[in-house]
Amino acid sequence: MELETGLVTHAAGSARLRLATTDVLVGVKAEVGEPLPERPRAGRLQFSVDCSANASPEFEGRGGEALAGSIASCLTRAYASPSALDLRPLSIVPARQCWILYVDILILECGGNLYDAVSCAVKAALFNARVPELDVSSADSGRVDVELSDDPFKLLRLDVENAPCLVTLLLVDSECIVDPTQEEEACSKASLVTAVTAGGLVTAVTKAGRGSFHPTTVASALEVSSSDRVFLSVVWCRHCN
Amino acid sequence: MEVDIRLAAERLRQEEATRGAAQLVTPGDTVTGDGGFMRGHGTYKDGENLVASVAGFVRRINRLISVQPLKARYNGEIGDDCPAVQEGLVTSERLCCFPGEIGDVVIGRVIEVQQKRWKVDTCSRLHSLLMLSSVNLPGGEQRRKTQEDELAMRSYLEEGDLISAEVQNIFSDGSLSLHTRSLKYGKLSQGVMVAVPSNLVLRRKNHFHDLPCGATVILGNNGYIWICATVVGEDGGAGTGGYVQNLERVPLPEREVISRLRNCILALAGSWMMLYDTSILYAFEASSKFQARDLLKPEVMAEVADLTRKRLDLEAAE
Repeated sequence: MELETGLVTHAAGSARLRLATTDVLVGVKAEVGEPLPERPRAGRLQFSVDCSANASPEFEGRGGEALAGSIASCLTRAYASPSALDLRPLSIVPARQCWILYVDILILECGGNLYDAVSCAVKAALFNARVPELDVSSADSGRVDVELSDDPFKLLRLDVENAPCLVTLLLVDSECIVDPTQEEEACSKASLVTAVTAGGLVTAVTKAGRGSFHPTTVASALEVSSSDRVFLSVVWCRHCN
Repeated sequence: MEVDIRLAAERLRQEEATRGAAQLVTPGDTVTGDGGFMRGHGTYKDGENLVASVAGFVRRINRLISVQPLKARYNGEIGDDCPAVQEGLVTSERLCCFPGEIGDVVIGRVIEVQQKRWKVDTCSRLHSLLMLSSVNLPGGEQRRKTQEDELAMRSYLEEGDLISAEVQNIFSDGSLSLHTRSLKYGKLSQGVMVAVPSNLVLRRKNHFHDLPCGATVILGNNGYIWICATVVGEDGGAGTGGYVQNLERVPLPEREVISRLRNCILALAGSWMMLYDTSILYAFEASSKFQARDLLKPEVMAEVADLTRKRLDLEAAE
């Protein structure tokens, strides 16, 4: 696994991850907007995935849209849990303004295990993201003034310790494999994608493919993925910090 | 369980081979301004200058200048290895196209079942064709194919099956016509296929090798290599015609040998070394000090290739 951060200079944060033949580029852009009505004191995360036609012949034209949609929705559900990523520091004026982080994922090369690679790259990009800090002052008439500080080094950084990572467990026969290559993915009919935080909490579970899982397989797979991802997060944090 | 995360800046950079001056040009580069040269393949005249139309090396033969492209995409270069490998300057991992010669052993995957033939993917410009008349029927019968055989084609070979075959003929458009008219060719099962650049497979008399470690390797000229456990033949080692598929579970020690061989072949291919039975065997022996899964790390791959190269050079010097 090869990781590079800070490639895209005009984005708030970026990361590029190479996992054998899979190549993913993630950029994070921060913009000011309105928070969600049910979470007035928190910022927002918006994911969009683009499967480049260079990645695989089947992504030509609109072929990659289904996969892009499923990855984006999986990530949205994974980060929706409040224990995943604390978005409260991104709030500027409660219920009125907050930072919206647009996470754009570009799949450059598809070599298997896309979900895992994308989630690791997203975590790295969010770690790399630097959002300018705003000085909020309330005037007398109830109006709120928001000022951008002159100091370019006054930045807000996110705590991505608990950002979930996706683990793909591929079902081959009755066994589960982790980190499949494209050839291995072609041999299986179903896979289970779980979003696990560093603390071992499972925030989202998706099933991909046409096959079916036995309930006991699902239970054991969830256990494997949570222990596996705790280990990966620890190693990852050690490398990035 | 091991997880290996690295920084991209730490990636191994291969040493640049300092060979004799090889002029590399890209499309649009002026090759020469001297009007006294004849223009060959890959060049065109733009006013007074000779300009390259492909990316490649400049070849000068007396007064003829031609540009030989890096990726050998055209037919007809019989017996010539890809010039990029000879110059040793290519670090790309893209697979070169396989032009094909008559008599080559190839490994292909069936893409389509058509009326009297199968379309097979052999990593060439066009899909190769396997005619119904060029296969042996199950059991090794040799007879004229009837209407029933045509309808039952799918029961012999389906989409997605891997076969080993020989190039019988090359059509005028460059596509290959294959045949499996020998008991050693046919459907492949219970093994692993590895894809390497086709110009790394040495052209030899025999492409079916039974390695002493207990595995059989079929080196397809098109770059597809098949590794499986050696089947102890009851009838003196002759094939069964390839339609009898043994779908039993392969035992673990044989699986380990097969996966180690696969990783060794990828290590050799990654360092652009020619693949033949001796080099693969030496790489296998050199890799015995590593665990099979460690062979996927770039530095281990480079080391295995290096050890193999040294051993081959030592043998050649004797």
